[in-house]
Amino acid sequence: MELFLQQVLTGLATGAVYGLVALAIVLIYRSTDVINFAQGQMAMFTTFFAWMLFDGSFLGFHIHPLHYWIAFVLTLAFAIIMGAVLERVVIRPVEGRPILTIVIVTLGLFAIFSGLATWSWGGTPKAFPAPPEVHVTGITFFGDGALDIGPTVISYHDLTIMVVAVGIMLALYVFFQYTPIGLAMRGTAQNPVAARLMGIRVGNMLTLGWALSAAVGAVGGMMIAPLVLLQPPMMMGVLLYAFAAAVLGGMDSPPGAIVGGLILGIVENLVGTYTTKEYLHVDWFGPEMKLTAALLVIVLVLMIRPTGIFGRKSLRRV
Amino acid sequence: MLRVTDIHAAYGPILALHGVSLEVPAGSIVTLLGANGAGKTTTLRTISGLMHPSSGTIEFDGRRIDRLAAERIVSLGISHVPENRQLFAELTVLENLRLGSWGRRDRNGIRDDMEQVFQYFPILREREKQVAGTLSGGEQQMLAIGRGLMARPRLLILDEPSLGLAPLVTREIFQIIKSINDKQKVTILLVEQNANLALEIAQHGYVLETGRVALADTSANLQRSESVRQSYLGY
Repeated sequence: MELFLQQVLTGLATGAVYGLVALAIVLIYRSTDVINFAQGQMAMFTTFFAWMLFDGSFLGFHIHPLHYWIAFVLTLAFAIIMGAVLERVVIRPVEGRPILTIVIVTLGLFAIFSGLATWSWGGTPKAFPAPPEVHVTGITFFGDGALDIGPTVISYHDLTIMVVAVGIMLALYVFFQYTPIGLAMRGTAQNPVAARLMGIRVGNMLTLGWALSAAVGAVGGMMIAPLVLLQPPMMMGVLLYAFAAAVLGGMDSPPGAIVGGLILGIVENLVGTYTTKEYLHVDWFGPEMKLTAALLVIVLVLMIRPTGIFGRKSLRRV
Repeated sequence: MLRVTDIHAAYGPILALHGVSLEVPAGSIVTLLGANGAGKTTTLRTISGLMHPSSGTIEFDGRRIDRLAAERIVSLGISHVPENRQLFAELTVLENLRLGSWGRRDRNGIRDDMEQVFQYFPILREREKQVAGTLSGGEQQMLAIGRGLMARPRLLILDEPSLGLAPLVTREIFQIIKSINDKQKVTILLVEQNANLALEIAQHGYVLETGRVALADTSANLQRSESVRQSYLGY
């Protein structure tokens, strides 16, 4: 039971990262129908940016290594600018072309970011810091330790991932639900022509969508980097799970992306634990098959709900 | 108020308008009649900036608007309620109305206009929190018109407000269109399949045929015209 709980909690933490990257994918997909294959590599690239700030050597200049949360915020700002510039410079010229054309452009971005990162920082994995300890009125948050929660413990880093993921979700929820710009972005995603007739500059909304998406991806990158070590291919596996999570959640539903990510994270961890020789005495299945098992769950869910868990058939009467 | 002079427009290689000219005087209701494919919707789309004419000019209050983007034109005071309503189907009634006032900064004015829209269409207040895609056809049309009014336009462009609606609902909507014109002094350019109804509330009418203006006259004269009666009024 203790092991089970332990694995569920760890699964929630990795699942939250899958969810964040899935959320980044969904933010772009639901406004433009474009699947951004470069999402993972963009996240990796921004994580390297954060690493430079921690490392004290920024583009060859010596700088004073920055405090974790300052670097975190600067990295978000960098990601927002990067996402906006990418939309303006790379995506805008192919806007209105067939979706496949744009998808191929994102594959090009994937290759560019992989190449740039390897060229600038090399392929050797680098240690990336987890958020440092914070003491608030005698209680310790973050840092290296683990929190005792009765039957089991949860590492502070896993806890941080969950807290940060929940924070991002709440922030986005408030933004989309309660601000005029968030409302305009939702409207634009649903009906760009009507949005133009309302006076909404659709192009600006798409730029903003890419900016937000890059920032959410950056958080995912910074959260997973301490676990998998920072290196150019670090987001490959995550991206695969994130795509799966987005599909599972319904592709155009931000809460769906997070829930999909959490489910996949838990399934992945449980399958990885309970299919070892110790528990499962068969030759044809083992922890190496955990990705297969995760995908099997998706197939099953989609057989019952073809639009994903939170996906809706669009409500439209003509 | 609005002066369209000899506009040509095309969808790719297909020419849709071959020189349309029309005028909408301030405070009036003007209707565009014509068969399917005559170019009515294209004319409206060109005025509101969703398309640009290949030649010809469009002036609004004496100012050229034919090169401006749709996003810009709405802020000048032209609100286009498009064919098939084009609501934000998954947003609520209230959210649709709020987006209608996008770009306006006068909070009090927006609140007054929202109240005015609810006066015209009380059912929308009841359905405030409901998602637009689940409204009935008539309610959707009311919402589309209400959303158009939220921009506080001086010229309201309506494309087929009666499309797919029951006769009684159509009557109701036309009465409200009339009172929007009477009470709020909003000028209206109306495209409508139901020529009888349209000529009843309009002062002037234009008949489009294959991208050209075939006839232009007062509503009274058009109602009496033999060819209009046979082709569009059905008696």
